[in-house]
Amino acid sequence: MSTTPTAVNEVLLGWSERDLGVEGRVLDVVRAPDPVLSTRGADVDPTDPATVQLAADLVATMRVSPGCVGLAANQVGVSARVFCVDVSEHPKTRDHHGTFVLCNAEVVESSRNEKAREGCMSVPDLTGDVKRASRVVVRGQLPGSGEEVTLQANAFEARALQHEIDHTDGYLFLDRVAGAHAIHPRKTYL
Amino acid sequence: MSSPAPLHAVTVLGHDRPGIIAETTGRLADLGLNLEDSTMTLLRGHFAMMLLCAGDADAPAIEAALQPLTADGTLTVTVRDVPQEDAAAPAGTSWVLTVHGGDRPGIVSSVVARVAEVGGNITDLTTRLAGDLYLLVAEIDLPGSADVPALEAAVTAAASDLGVGATLRAVEADDL
Repeated sequence: MSTTPTAVNEVLLGWSERDLGVEGRVLDVVRAPDPVLSTRGADVDPTDPATVQLAADLVATMRVSPGCVGLAANQVGVSARVFCVDVSEHPKTRDHHGTFVLCNAEVVESSRNEKAREGCMSVPDLTGDVKRASRVVVRGQLPGSGEEVTLQANAFEARALQHEIDHTDGYLFLDRVAGAHAIHPRKTYL
Repeated sequence: MSSPAPLHAVTVLGHDRPGIIAETTGRLADLGLNLEDSTMTLLRGHFAMMLLCAGDADAPAIEAALQPLTADGTLTVTVRDVPQEDAAAPAGTSWVLTVHGGDRPGIVSSVVARVAEVGGNITDLTTRLAGDLYLLVAEIDLPGSADVPALEAAVTAAASDLGVGATLRAVEADDL
């Protein structure tokens, strides 16, 4: 039996960082070649207060970073499989789940590859053309409650999720670029 | 069938400014030369172009025609005749190799040596130094006989010895 959700996950859509109950701190974002970015993070206990604080810190750091649609714990120097995403303000977004944080997330289904240009706060001087699925099913746990959630994401949210899950696995978009002519010096900085 | 027109390789290298390509290709067109393959990029801000053009003008005539480009001393132009090459039919499999990490001498040479050892042919290569980050992306044709998992292990080990990371992925071509 397929358990694939077919619409926006209401639990995730209703979630906000206020549910964490702690104040997020803005952390410094680390840049390649810091080895923490090339190391798979540890699986975490989503109910651990340290994980909850990390989740709040990731959202707070994402919020103050212009153009940032997602941030993984590796990017603030913490080798743990946690990330936040919020693509709601991005022009390439179709449906979306607003702001959310997932722990120990993985892609369980993917289809419909599309190529697009990506950047990353941890690789500020380069962008790259990366082929990724434009429809994914992702499973992970919410920080705090530890509730397991499965969501279907499309278009830009799907790309952001794959980019962040790659971070938690120790991969950068540089590891996925389509070829030697798919790397570009960044022209504009947000 | 008549033999194809002679091929000439032209390189233009030096200080970047608007109009270099327009001027170069305009002078080549004036000589009746037909542009075949070309590539141009900026290497740490330097203009770098290589192109192949076909036509009956000889290398000294092309060099003379392009001489004004070099007048202010900031650009170097070379012209040489090259033979026609039959593009070898791609045999085996196509891969993309990414290596990135802290800059240090020898990253490219160590990693691509492992590729050469198994008869792998690099068909396109970009390296970039961005701050402390060194990045190599290479497109590679591997012969059908290549032991890909063994190559991947050798490349990963070579990269690891230099404190950098490597990924080898199959090229997926989605024919539409």
